Amino acid sequence: MSGLQGRGDGRPARRPRGGDASAFRSTLIALASTVVFFGALAWIVVSSPGWPAIQRSFLNGKVFAASLPSIVGSFAVNVQLFLIAEVLILGLGMVIAVLRSLPGPVFFPVRLVTTIYVDVFRALPGVLVIYILGFGIPGLGIAGVPIEPFFYAVVALTLIYSAYVSEVYRAGIESIHPSQDAAARSLGLSRFQSLRYVILPQAVRRVVPPLLNDFIGLQKDTVLVSYIGVVEIFRQSYIKQAGSFNYTPYLATALVFLVMTIPLARLTDWLIAREVRRRQGGAALALAGTQGRGVASAPTRGAR
Amino acid sequence: MTSALSIQGLRKAFGRLEVLRGIDLEVAEHEVIALIGASGSGKSTLLRCINLIEPVDEGRIVVEGTEITAKGVNVDRVRRSIGIVFQSFNLFPQMRVLDNVTLAPRKVLGRRRAEAEAAAMALLERFGLEDKAHDYPDRLSGGQQQRVAIVRALAMQPDLLLLDEVTSALDPELVAEVLNVIRELAAGGMTMLIATHEMGFARDIANRVCFLDQGVILEQGPPDVIFRAPAQSRTRQFLERIIEAGRL
Ligand SMILES: Nc1ncnc2c1ncn2[C@@H]1O[C@H](COP(=O)(O)OP(=O)(O)OP(=O)(O)O)[C@@H](O)[C@H]1O
Ligand SMILES: [Mg+2]
Repeated sequence: MSGLQGRGDGRPARRPRGGDASAFRSTLIALASTVVFFGALAWIVVSSPGWPAIQRSFLNGKVFAASLPSIVGSFAVNVQLFLIAEVLILGLGMVIAVLRSLPGPVFFPVRLVTTIYVDVFRALPGVLVIYILGFGIPGLGIAGVPIEPFFYAVVALTLIYSAYVSEVYRAGIESIHPSQDAAARSLGLSRFQSLRYVILPQAVRRVVPPLLNDFIGLQKDTVLVSYIGVVEIFRQSYIKQAGSFNYTPYLATALVFLVMTIPLARLTDWLIAREVRRRQGGAALALAGTQGRGVASAPTRGAR
Repeated sequence: MTSALSIQGLRKAFGRLEVLRGIDLEVAEHEVIALIGASGSGKSTLLRCINLIEPVDEGRIVVEGTEITAKGVNVDRVRRSIGIVFQSFNLFPQMRVLDNVTLAPRKVLGRRRAEAEAAAMALLERFGLEDKAHDYPDRLSGGQQQRVAIVRALAMQPDLLLLDEVTSALDPELVAEVLNVIRELAAGGMTMLIATHEMGFARDIANRVCFLDQGVILEQGPPDVIFRAPAQSRTRQFLERIIEAGRL
């Protein structure tokens, strides 16, 4: 029995020996089945009739080496686009979310306009928005209106993603129990002060993981602006492909995105897992204090 | 005698449910009122109306000579001088204890941080919480959290303190420390309106007990009278149920 109990220092007891052996065996099985599966898949691909042609046009080492520097170089445009748009999106999304949660009949027009905005930009395919803004507005020929495609790329991505991000913020705001607002208002804080100092800090902390998810999407969607003539990574790989009659540059582009995006995805997952752990930990503590009666305090804890 | 609080004909309904159906109540300066009544009788609703967290349907509430239910009253300004403490503490979890206490003095009253923190530390010390000042609320026991919530309300130096079943969410062994804080406040002359199920405590501390039933104050008087010889049969029934439950 004692093998199953804690050792008194808070750590769980070590598993009995049989556990180590069975863990080793399941690792072996996982390894073997992985090798068999991917081996079979590779064999099917490599032995297919079209493989030699595909290998030549997609996996050309020389073309890869020649195109990679300019592809990585033009990725700087995507990064720039992404960074500028991201800052604007975080701001605009927040403003939309706050406007949409204003209560009372006075603010009905505000809620109506912001709701329509969010609905429209979530309904439209991103490419269409980029096309319409990027070709339409400069086409009007109004004096003083910029004509650079990069400008419209930033505007279009900001408008599209702010609609999504405002919904994420709003979900966060609504997840904060109304008793927090009541407590703040009862101390004499105004509606805005309660939002600013009490509600939003808690809401934003909760929605960091879904926000990061949206930014992974944004990072990838920066290639869409190639359609209005911004020479970014995707446009550059098209240029390289057209020049070499070889598709390897697209593979290089894919590689760049994998290297950029996978770490961000991992970080997001880690943050979500941490948030879940923290909430469970906090809830357990709150329960310990109140024996599960009453509402107890909100479960999350501030970042240090 | 000036009234600290005067309520006349207060009515409040949630949809078709009439919770308060004409409340009249006069509270003198330094008076401690215990509000008792069955669950759902409207004790919390009454306290929330006095703080204007719940909008009032009908009636007048006058605090220190100012009608707070009048049109065009700045509700934020009213709430500054009326503290309320909730059953579920409602501390701000993302802030340390000290910031919980100083937020309103700094942002609402415009106090400088150093000044607000010195005042907050003095209050925390008075209630034995000085070593918790830099902790986050979820590190505290329920009793400590509730004492911090009281300190947070006191930091605004309210004229009137509303306490809504502040011990109901606590383990029995943590109740005493919170009740002692309230006793000290009563001894210091704080005007308080206390909704409670702790009848022994109500009898100890209150100058007057109000029994809330079906949306009105059915009976009120000194604790000795209400608890020993209530005039209304409904008050008697309520107290008998409480005695059966072993809470008196
Ligand atoms: N926001 C609300 N919306 C609808 N009904 C409500 C709301 N708040 C309270 N009520 C109802 O009003 C009635 C009075 O509730 P209240 O919380 O004031 O009672 P209470 O006397 O404090 O009870 P308890 O002793 O259980 O705390 C209850 O029937 C409750 O369901
Ligand atoms: Mg109540």
